Amino acid sequence: MSSFIGDWHALAILFVAGVIPNQIWRMLGLWFGGGIDENSELLVWVRAVATAILAGIIAQIVVQPPGALASVPDWLRYGAVAAGFAAFMLARKSIFAGVIVGEVVMIAGKYWLG
Amino acid sequence: MWGARSIGATVLTLVLFATYLGIGALAHDSGFSLGWTLASTAFVWAGPAQIIVITTLGSGATVLQSAIAVTVSAIRLFPMVVSVLPLMRTEQTKRRHLILVAHLTAVTLWVECYRFLPQVPRIRRIAFIHGLGLGLVSVCLVANTIGYTLAANLTPLLAAGMLMLTPLAFLFSTARNCRELADVIALLLGLLLFPLAALLNSGIDILISGVVAGTIAYGVHRARAGVVRVRA
Repeated sequence: MSSFIGDWHALAILFVAGVIPNQIWRMLGLWFGGGIDENSELLVWVRAVATAILAGIIAQIVVQPPGALASVPDWLRYGAVAAGFAAFMLARKSIFAGVIVGEVVMIAGKYWLG
Repeated sequence: MWGARSIGATVLTLVLFATYLGIGALAHDSGFSLGWTLASTAFVWAGPAQIIVITTLGSGATVLQSAIAVTVSAIRLFPMVVSVLPLMRTEQTKRRHLILVAHLTAVTLWVECYRFLPQVPRIRRIAFIHGLGLGLVSVCLVANTIGYTLAANLTPLLAAGMLMLTPLAFLFSTARNCRELADVIALLLGLLLFPLAALLNSGIDILISGVVAGTIAYGVHRARAGVVRVRA
């Protein structure tokens, strides 16, 4: 059981670094939500920043890959994302098509490289 | 139960499954326990925030640096909660009835609310969202466990494929959700500016590239709105 949880310290850090800073915005939305216009300029900016942060995370995983992904050469990871994006656009914005094509290109490429 | 059954009726469930398969694998390769990973899914319930916590803590950032990056990524939940709650509020609804709905609100649920709720009578909507949201959480806990276990046992090739699910699923679901030009610019600039910001090695590279890219995108949105107004 102890290996399932790991150490309790890590779990405490999860709450301080992950749960509270995330949950606070939902609770603020619940408490103060009534008076805010969904289309206000402030929220347009917030949405743009949030989208860009998410884009940064995507880029981070591809540019500075963790664990097993680091064994795939840079050009192949970028190529797989590009191929996936092409499929996504061609299939009229099908997330499924984009993910499958990106995965197939990367795995086939890595397999072929050995 | 109606809400829980609706998880079968959405392609996004598949995408969510793939994402959480990836998060399970990512957590494994970053050295976190399975219990920790499942707790992050149940209590954070926001893919981007979970990935930020895992990648930042996993790469040696301080708790404060991760908390700041998480909280900035989570600001987007505020407008989502604000826009979703009026859809299910009735005269008798108390704020405490909506706490679980607020917790369950994340991008998938938010999108699905607009799709499903018009067919659900108002008084049944809170129950519907509880069913749908908790159903999605359960699907993701299963996906986490599978991804985590597979990452521990797969060949490096397939493990790499599993880790790649996260950026691909997020990239395309974000691209699909882009409604305005500002969203598209924020996505593109956010992707392009991160490698530059990473050169700073500040520990909050994600925040720097995100705020700069997002603000430029907002600036373009304002400039265009101005042009339209002048023309009109």
